[in-house]
Amino acid sequence: MESKKTALNSLHKKYGAKLVSFAGYEMPIQYSKGIIEEHKNTRINAGIFDVSHMGQLFIKGEKSLADDLEKIFPADLRNAKLNQSKYSFLMNEEAGIHDDLIITKVERGFNIVLNAACKYSDFDLLKKLLNNKYEMNLSDELSLIAIQGPKAAEILDKLINGISDLKFMNGNLFNYLNESIYITRSGYTGEDGFEISIKDKNAEAFVEKLINEGASLIGLGARDTLRLEAGLCLYGHDMDINKSPIEANLKWAISKNRIISGGFIGFEKIKNQIEKGVNKVRVGIKPEGRIIAREKTSIFNEDDKNIGEITSGTFGPSVEAPVAMGYVENSFSKINTKVFLEVRGKKYPASISSLPFYKKSYVKGANK
Amino acid sequence: MSEVKFSKEHEWITLDGDIATIGITQHATEMLGDIVFVELPEKGSSVIKDGNVGVVESTKAASDVYTPVSGEIVENNQIIVDDPAKINSDPENEAWFFKLKLKDKSEIDSLMNKEEYEKFSKESSN
Repeated sequence: MESKKTALNSLHKKYGAKLVSFAGYEMPIQYSKGIIEEHKNTRINAGIFDVSHMGQLFIKGEKSLADDLEKIFPADLRNAKLNQSKYSFLMNEEAGIHDDLIITKVERGFNIVLNAACKYSDFDLLKKLLNNKYEMNLSDELSLIAIQGPKAAEILDKLINGISDLKFMNGNLFNYLNESIYITRSGYTGEDGFEISIKDKNAEAFVEKLINEGASLIGLGARDTLRLEAGLCLYGHDMDINKSPIEANLKWAISKNRIISGGFIGFEKIKNQIEKGVNKVRVGIKPEGRIIAREKTSIFNEDDKNIGEITSGTFGPSVEAPVAMGYVENSFSKINTKVFLEVRGKKYPASISSLPFYKKSYVKGANK
Repeated sequence: MSEVKFSKEHEWITLDGDIATIGITQHATEMLGDIVFVELPEKGSSVIKDGNVGVVESTKAASDVYTPVSGEIVENNQIIVDDPAKINSDPENEAWFFKLKLKDKSEIDSLMNKEEYEKFSKESSN
């Protein structure tokens, strides 16, 4: 099947992108300066990411919609304030994760941002779970552009006045060249930043302006090293249908109220796992030296017993060391536990690490 | 020092008597991207032409390193082990990988010269 192109495809080429097929789209893995430069530029300046392959779903509905969505998602949606975003999961009855997503309360309904590889199946599943009761639109005319980094607010503010007043995990409508565009203060790099939903036809000119103001394009390669340093999960790698949010060490993303009140898909399993614990849990892993342990690397304890597997691993350009995440048996999940990673037939020492590897610099309001 | 020769696995090789110095080409580093880890053959080990003797890893993936000729490893370059980024910045000089004592000098004959390699790498990247 031929890859789809985002509205920024020709811009990617203009800036020297190496394009690869990703989740059915032709996407930039990196530009001419390379992954490390792009990564560092996001941490010290501002990076622009084309995330238009992700699904932008709008579900229209009034109060009953929040009630019905709470029967699906473990998030506090009835109490969500207008323009408030929540990180949540679409799960099965066994609390296996179909997808992780951001859901935002907007006027007349909810916006949901879905992973590219899951968006069509998510749409079908949600339609079924909501009994076809609500109007649902998975947009095919909106781009999604992220700008991330310590200078993201300053740069974006030059194009769109008032953007700096947005609080973390909040969104709003802004006027830009006669278009009303929805912007949230969010991202997936461990930096302050924004995600801008803009019409395809205006996307390229908008990104050129961000570049003119000093931001640089960042490909999927650096997006991966950035999110991994920030300790954030990548769907299909660090979480999937065989793992629950509790096993994925994402209990924080399940609303405390909802853990008490229940009534969402997968609740029984989640409750059970919280009470009784899980066998395997996601942890951060720091190899000693420079050895890189990639996905599917086996993890052993000091007695040479296989205790788990790496789900993501690379070299972290900002921490200047290899970093990884994986699942280990619960009894080996304590910080600083010594483990061994089997790379190309040899076992290398590593230790269980706290996450994130790289300290976040989110703006005020982050933990409110 | 002899003329530089090249292999289809994108290694370069120069000869000084029966000691060969081997590294990976500029073209190889461009395909690999930012290199962050390298594993080299141990000093004293015997290696066989086209055999897998080490690993280079970029932020994206791991790739094997081959030797274009057989021989005994006499030196490996600790500079690139400590600072793998040097492989990207100066692959065909400072960032050589290893030196070996040639077993069979005639193995050199099958390798490409600069012109042939440039043509080969252009074709293989298309």
